[in-house]
Amino acid sequence: MRFTENEIEKLAVLARLELTAEERRALTPQIAAIIAYVEQLNEVDTSAVEPAIGGLTPEGERTASSRDDVVQPSLGQRVALEEAPDPAYGYFRVPKVI
Amino acid sequence: MVPYGIESIRERIFSRASSVQQVANHALEAAESLNETLNAFLEIDRQGASSCAEQLDRVLDQKAGDVRLPLFGVPIAIKDNICVRGMQTSCGSRILGDYHPPYDATAVERLRAAGAVLIGKTNCDEFAMGSSNENSAFGPVRNPWDTERVPGGSSGGSAAAVAARIVPVALGSDTGGSVRQPAALCGVVGLKPTYGRVSRYGLVAFGSSLDQIGIFGLSARDVARVLGVIAGRDAHDATSAAVPVPDYVEELKGELKGMRLGVPRALFGEGLDDEVRRSVESAIGVYRELGAEIVEVELPHAKYSIACYYIIATAEASSNLARYDGVRYGFRAEEADDLIDMYCRTRDQGFGPEVKRRIMLGTFVLSSGYYDAYYRKAQQVRTLIKEDFRRAFERCDAIVTPTSPTPAFLLGEKTGDPLTMYLSDIYTCIVNLAGVPGISVPCGLSSIGLPIGMQLIGRHWDEALLLKLTHAYENARPFTALPRVVAN
Repeated sequence: MRFTENEIEKLAVLARLELTAEERRALTPQIAAIIAYVEQLNEVDTSAVEPAIGGLTPEGERTASSRDDVVQPSLGQRVALEEAPDPAYGYFRVPKVI
Repeated sequence: MVPYGIESIRERIFSRASSVQQVANHALEAAESLNETLNAFLEIDRQGASSCAEQLDRVLDQKAGDVRLPLFGVPIAIKDNICVRGMQTSCGSRILGDYHPPYDATAVERLRAAGAVLIGKTNCDEFAMGSSNENSAFGPVRNPWDTERVPGGSSGGSAAAVAARIVPVALGSDTGGSVRQPAALCGVVGLKPTYGRVSRYGLVAFGSSLDQIGIFGLSARDVARVLGVIAGRDAHDATSAAVPVPDYVEELKGELKGMRLGVPRALFGEGLDDEVRRSVESAIGVYRELGAEIVEVELPHAKYSIACYYIIATAEASSNLARYDGVRYGFRAEEADDLIDMYCRTRDQGFGPEVKRRIMLGTFVLSSGYYDAYYRKAQQVRTLIKEDFRRAFERCDAIVTPTSPTPAFLLGEKTGDPLTMYLSDIYTCIVNLAGVPGISVPCGLSSIGLPIGMQLIGRHWDEALLLKLTHAYENARPFTALPRVVAN
């Protein structure tokens, strides 16, 4: 596909990245080149192939399936807030939402 | 002078030739004095390491605990994307800065329980994204063999720390080659275990279907010992499998007679440096002399691995890195108009260029209208790659390839073109796509004295065989050259 600065802008919104004009200009040809490169996968006939989503081995698949639903101790409010940039009254404070 | 290997360190400690404190001090001093040259450490924890060493010395003096612990008194360095309580975890990124995790990764907890002394956190490409370490927000690591060259990436700090004999072993992480490629470029052994072999609890997520904690060391024996400590099921990581963990050190023994080694000839063609090819070919000759049978195998979809990898890894990264939003931990940008604006500014100021590039790519391949054409397609090709390995392993017990197409390149040589940099992972990322284990083993020096690595790839869960093959090679062709920073 053809990749333009316009596409980059739309992606930046989706990715929550505020890119500068300079960053947008630099990224557009780079991403276009990488996408052109990965499109070589279109040479491969995958019409009858299942995607490899999920555990990579039967052993991994089995293990990932279950754990008893038991309450375990967790970090707790004080520890969880220790690294927060702006904690307040036991919460994470953020700028206004709307 | 304190010896380098785990066995000799333990012997020294148990014979009381050195205290644990002295061994730790030696590592701390080496880390500090070489950091100006190598920039391998982002944090050196003198206080934490000393108090841990002191405690172990007390155990030794009073015979008050289990002194036969497998890593008793062994200094170890940890890549800065693996959580260690009491130290920072920056992932080489400004967005985490001096974040201090409130818990230990499971692998770290197991190292501590085995008596290890953790001396610090090693530099890496930002969020483990890179093949040269030049994407660290805190400056690149330099290669101990030639400080004008890259150590490889993304676990370049851990590779350099082991190569420079600061620590005998170090942990890294490997999503597309981030342990094996720097191991090759720094002349050390680097193992990426099977997907699910080592718990990733406390490893900062990059590509969750690919990530695995790996081990650097100077010998198969040392890597085997550490793997035995950190491997195995952990309730905190649902992808860690309940597969029995063998005694890897015990399994090093034995002959190679009757073993079959597969060589995928197609991977020895275009783009491979001549000296690397010759070195790996000659290593294959050594295995033949040791009694292994060499068979040709094919991996027909190998040529698609980079394309497949960069779709899957970036898709998973864009999702995993959504958590860095300036709310709960790490950096937050000032002067935002509202919440969304705060997210966008924080992420723009906090992430470096390569991370942004990958988040953008990953967002694209997952976005509505393109998901099937890119992401689903890549996952289908991944199935074919897994199938290639299944077939190849019907004909052989392990596969030999180069680890990296070239020895260490110059700092700045590939930074201009991201795609050229991605091609450094051509032999390694296929292993993560298949979920099988791989190890890089030093197998020679180039004409200008740079280390060359070969890669051995095994069946799922068969790290024991890879370590045995590495051990046999080390005995037949000991790699004794020293990097410049040590030799001087």
